[in-house]
Amino acid sequence: MSAQGNIPVYNFAYLDEQTKRMIRRAVLKAVAIPGYQVPFASREMPMPYGWGTGGVQVTAAVLGPDDVLKVIDQGADDTANAVSIRKFFVRTAGVRTTTDTHAATVIQTRHRIPEAPLAEHQILVYQVPIPEPLRYLEPRETETRRMHALADYGLMHVKLYEDIARHGHIATTYAYPVKVEGRYVMDPSPTPKFDNPKMDHCAALQLFGAGREKRIYAIPPHTEVVSLDFEDHPFERYRLDGTCALCGSAESFLDEVITDDRGGRMFVCSDTDYCEGRRAEQPAAVAP
Amino acid sequence: MSESHMSDDDDEPLLIAEGLGKWYGRQLGCRDVSFSLYAGEVIAVVGESGSGKSTLLQLLCGEIEPSCGRVLYRTRDGATRDLATLAEAERRFLARTDWGYVHQDAARGLRMGVSAGANVGERLMAVGARHYGRIREQAVSWLDRVEIDRERIDDSPRTYSGGMRQRLQIARNLVTQPRLILMDEPTGGLDVSVQARLLDLLRRLVADLKLSAVVVTHDLAVARLLSHRIVVMKGGSVIESGLTDQVLDDPREPYTQLLVASILPP
Amino acid sequence: MSIALELAGVAKSFTMHLQGGVRLSIVADVTFSVRRGQCVVLAGASGAGKSSVLKMIFGSYRCDRGQILVYRGESCIDVAAAPPRGILALRHDTIGYVSQFLRAVPRVPAVDVVAEPLIAGGTPRDVARSKATRLLRRLNIGGPLWGLPPATFSGGEQQRVNIARGFLPDFPILLLDEPTASLDAANCEVVHDLIVERKRAGAAIVAIVHDPALRDRIADDVIDMGRFAAAA
Repeated sequence: MSAQGNIPVYNFAYLDEQTKRMIRRAVLKAVAIPGYQVPFASREMPMPYGWGTGGVQVTAAVLGPDDVLKVIDQGADDTANAVSIRKFFVRTAGVRTTTDTHAATVIQTRHRIPEAPLAEHQILVYQVPIPEPLRYLEPRETETRRMHALADYGLMHVKLYEDIARHGHIATTYAYPVKVEGRYVMDPSPTPKFDNPKMDHCAALQLFGAGREKRIYAIPPHTEVVSLDFEDHPFERYRLDGTCALCGSAESFLDEVITDDRGGRMFVCSDTDYCEGRRAEQPAAVAP
Repeated sequence: MSESHMSDDDDEPLLIAEGLGKWYGRQLGCRDVSFSLYAGEVIAVVGESGSGKSTLLQLLCGEIEPSCGRVLYRTRDGATRDLATLAEAERRFLARTDWGYVHQDAARGLRMGVSAGANVGERLMAVGARHYGRIREQAVSWLDRVEIDRERIDDSPRTYSGGMRQRLQIARNLVTQPRLILMDEPTGGLDVSVQARLLDLLRRLVADLKLSAVVVTHDLAVARLLSHRIVVMKGGSVIESGLTDQVLDDPREPYTQLLVASILPP
Repeated sequence: MSIALELAGVAKSFTMHLQGGVRLSIVADVTFSVRRGQCVVLAGASGAGKSSVLKMIFGSYRCDRGQILVYRGESCIDVAAAPPRGILALRHDTIGYVSQFLRAVPRVPAVDVVAEPLIAGGTPRDVARSKATRLLRRLNIGGPLWGLPPATFSGGEQQRVNIARGFLPDFPILLLDEPTASLDAANCEVVHDLIVERKRAGAAIVAIVHDPALRDRIADDVIDMGRFAAAA
């Protein structure tokens, strides 16, 4: 395509080839050291920090012309963030997009893992705000790097201890720290702890990109991912007690939707594609 | 029934400083420091500001590297290791299990942002303790031991007084039953009555737990109370050393005599 | 009875650097020995160096010259040449010292002050404490005082705490510096009995005693420190 007046011409998926190469190298290193945060030269993207620049850069680096892209934000395909990122890749890469989890080859997500189990040919790209699980306990980067290098993770359990001391149980409900392949402690991004078990021995490749913090990390397929806990306070999946008002699922992660200003509310599946899929299989259901 | 004061174990020194020296560029930290510390012994390092005593303490735990000389430590398996040859991971492990370091400013030796219980339990968690109930039990027992009200276990050390923070720091250090404690002016800045309480606690713990300790202090009364042996430093060099009561009752060197003569009578 | 302690040619002086390097000679050529079960009393004018000799035997003072030999079973240790660790070991199980004044450690109750050396030697805490209270009672320090730190006691009471502390363990060598200086007749008598018991148990005692009557009753040998006066 040639430039016509002021119409911009983008390289495939916006980033130049050198940048994609640099990111792929970081990704390879991350895959070789599961859970380890690899620094990378995060680029200026046409969206501000905090809007998924890390995830977008990783997706841009792994995307090919034959890929089918799905983008979700808090499980939904139709929120502003998901829509604009999807449009971005349509514009700059011309790839096919889908809302169907099964049909996608690359899924970029903010803060949720799809309900449908993923397959070996798929890549899940997470958007990560703060990659360092120890950050709020130890503000010094020099110290946290050393802790990871020496597998000095006592502090992580201190945080969980504090939760139990203060609330009687581990109160962390999202961004729940995990240990990958028995070595590195990792922040799974602000996904609900309900999703943690899905990361364990997942068939798909999981990539994590933090644009502002300039880190990439990865979990290769079929890798052990264990949530941290205490022997007498084991990890529990937390899920709102209820069923989806639209599809009736008693197993998926639910969002609580306020319906009126008199305390009315309903629970619906956070994963919109999953919910639609279930509804499509059912005989015509009565809407609430 | 009398247990032997010196078992075979104690015949070997626990910590040996050999010709230790540290220069910061052309600025002398300390030089030519040599001594052997045995199990159950307390050595006081006294001197005024700038004498090099704090530098010495940091050299002894490998926090900083010596410009010359070495520090040898006998690990629990009986092997004597040169600290400089330890991998950083090994050194940190020793720092967490075998050694304690009590800072003059308790805030430096504590995590002020987490509860007292978490502060005491951290080392246990760092070496793999994974049972909340048992960790908490140990934390409570140590708080009792350092005379902190166990009701305060979930409070942050920010709500503690200076003396309480210092005692918490001690508990935090002792929970993994270290064999060697390094203390940097442990009573510095505390009120006199608080000091007395802290010293009493330290004396008892050292005796009960058969700890070895190196205590840096400028206060000769602290040295007399806590230590068996004393090293007097001035301008980075060791002026005099020997049994505490010997050096303080029968000081030989001019500087030592000056120090002893400068103590205000009670 | 065999020799427990022997001093040979011991000399002591102080160099006062703060007073322009003035040298004060205290004693020279101190030579004597003490047998097991024997009590040797050092006599002489004030300033003759009696306390200094005791301190040198205990290792609190260094000596300029000479040997201070402690015999224990088969071995013999020269305090004058021993490393700090060696002296600490001797203090732990061989040489006891009742100084003239009690060094009161703040906050520690009297019973614990007395029991401490015994506990350090391995005796269980409760056994040591009950022995301590018995000895304190014998020295007329009553129950109410046992739990109090001695810093607030009278001079005589402090001294008795000090005596109890020194006499409680079974030291083969005992050094006594004016043990009865602030005591009334009744308590002097108790101290006399304690010394006699110790002698009978085989301890070698070196004492500084001013009271001539007491001295005559306990001393097997009186050494006049004037003999060892340092040349001016």
